[in-house]
Amino acid sequence: MTMEYNLTELMACVSSRLLEDNTSVLVGTGLPLVSASLAQKLHAPNLLVIFEAGAIGARIPTIPISVGDSRTCHKAVMAASMDYVMSCAQLGFTDYAFLGAAQMDMYGNLNTTVIGDYDAPKVRLPGSGGGNDAGSLCRRTILLMRHDRRRFVAKLDFLTTPGYITGPGAREEAGLPANSGPYRVVSQLGVMDFEPETKRMRLISVHPGVSVEEVLENTGFELLVHDEVTVTEPPTREELDLLRNEVDSAGIVIGRS
Amino acid sequence: MKILEEGRGELLGWMDPDEARSWMTENKSRGLEDKRMSMVEAVSRFTRDGDYFALGGFGHIRVSMAAIYEMIRQGRKGMTMAAKTAVHDIDVLIGGGVVSRVDCAYAFGHELRGLSPTGRRAVEGGKVKVVGEISNAGFQWRFKAAAMGLPFMPTRSMLGSDTLRMSSSKVVEDPFTGKPLCLLPACYPDFVFMHVHRCDIYGNAQIDGIIIEDGELARAAKRLILTTEEIVDTEEIRDHPDRTAVPFYLVDAVVEVPYGSHPGNMPGLYYSDEEHMAEWLRLSRTDEGVEEYMDKYVRSVGDFPEYIELVGGAEKMEYLRKLEKLEVPLEAPWARR
Repeated sequence: MTMEYNLTELMACVSSRLLEDNTSVLVGTGLPLVSASLAQKLHAPNLLVIFEAGAIGARIPTIPISVGDSRTCHKAVMAASMDYVMSCAQLGFTDYAFLGAAQMDMYGNLNTTVIGDYDAPKVRLPGSGGGNDAGSLCRRTILLMRHDRRRFVAKLDFLTTPGYITGPGAREEAGLPANSGPYRVVSQLGVMDFEPETKRMRLISVHPGVSVEEVLENTGFELLVHDEVTVTEPPTREELDLLRNEVDSAGIVIGRS
Repeated sequence: MKILEEGRGELLGWMDPDEARSWMTENKSRGLEDKRMSMVEAVSRFTRDGDYFALGGFGHIRVSMAAIYEMIRQGRKGMTMAAKTAVHDIDVLIGGGVVSRVDCAYAFGHELRGLSPTGRRAVEGGKVKVVGEISNAGFQWRFKAAAMGLPFMPTRSMLGSDTLRMSSSKVVEDPFTGKPLCLLPACYPDFVFMHVHRCDIYGNAQIDGIIIEDGELARAAKRLILTTEEIVDTEEIRDHPDRTAVPFYLVDAVVEVPYGSHPGNMPGLYYSDEEHMAEWLRLSRTDEGVEEYMDKYVRSVGDFPEYIELVGGAEKMEYLRKLEKLEVPLEAPWARR
């Protein structure tokens, strides 16, 4: 059976499946919100959703516009502070962080600050926000990115949030917490992990109808390819119904593809 | 401690802890005084051109919009904003000509609504300068250092990034572990406006929902002006002292402003006004549009109650209350395709 879905819906479904029940996730604004909310409504009802502004353990009723708005506190277990949430992340309580960016390199380093020269930027982006803290302090970072050569780049214009920085051992050398760093990248073309020896990004699955070549052509750096690249399971009817009717019924995020 | 690296960002709002102690001792009264005043008086007494300031809340959540509009009306300029998650607040302040320099954790964006046309245009055109980068947690820990009367707060965040390189932090060798550690300098803004759910005439304040970083920021502020949805009897505060988020001795002024976070969200009371946000985002695509907005909603408006009437009055406020309570579905005109 074939089903109609757009690429944003595909990314939301695929990334939500990465979130296991009874784990904790620090969620950023936009698509990560949709993805975490879907996971909570489907296979991970006890997913501990944490927002940087201070809400802990919400049952997300409908998509929040801000990671600090009242929706993030709906049926939560605690309305805390940024200090509380970020201290807990620094202490090791946050399993996953969910982030997006304007640019990413092969070590999963992210740019959300400027495109072009820092002092005379072509595009000024919002900056770190809680992104750097999430990427620094959470155990595993999941990155949600549109896949093209402008975004998957050989060299970032600005390293806002550290991934594996320059490769194996670089995070520890910089002083970042041990056993932390990027875990998966989900794009509209496939899913990538980070090869354990080199910490370089590696293609592990392609989405239905996408070839390995197409992924490589859309990547601005040398992407490693797993020996056995699988084909991603397409979104299910149940996932799509939940996305469209409950998670983001106004189509604010998923309707924008 | 051995210094391993120093950020190049401008160090703003820092004081030697002894200087900070003297300032707080001499300028903050421990007396119970009626601190009520008008918005006009609060802005004219506590804000100066060129000041370094921060705002409570979260950019478009529990923000002191009345203070923002009044700063624009009084023609404040040349200010540097501590953009610790600045969203609609900084957008309007940049559009209104108040802010020309930004100490940046998050700005020039509107979260789910996308990037901010005004903020981007101002930075890309050179009208507004970013003088430093930091992370959100980093900024609130700067306030925490100040709140504790310490010169800095250590963190394991920001290490190995350009965010750190463009911040005012330093990396040192931790004397206990020998590992690199980021030290965030204390930050004492010249003034802070903070919107709260309720407080008494002395400034004892309650905040419903997440407090974000306002517990730290209230203590870090050299001048703290509360805007409040309502002023309550001090006995209401004393009946529930566990609910006090800000005690009176931190507070310099109290201004009663119902719906004072509009068009932002006020947790538990009203949701953000997305129709108004869409109008701002549409108009702010051009400098002319920004002027049109300022004329319509800020400069030609006498006070906040008049503004609330202008944006839809009681009917609109009732709709936003229902939206907050999830009784009506969210409409997001800015997302229309």
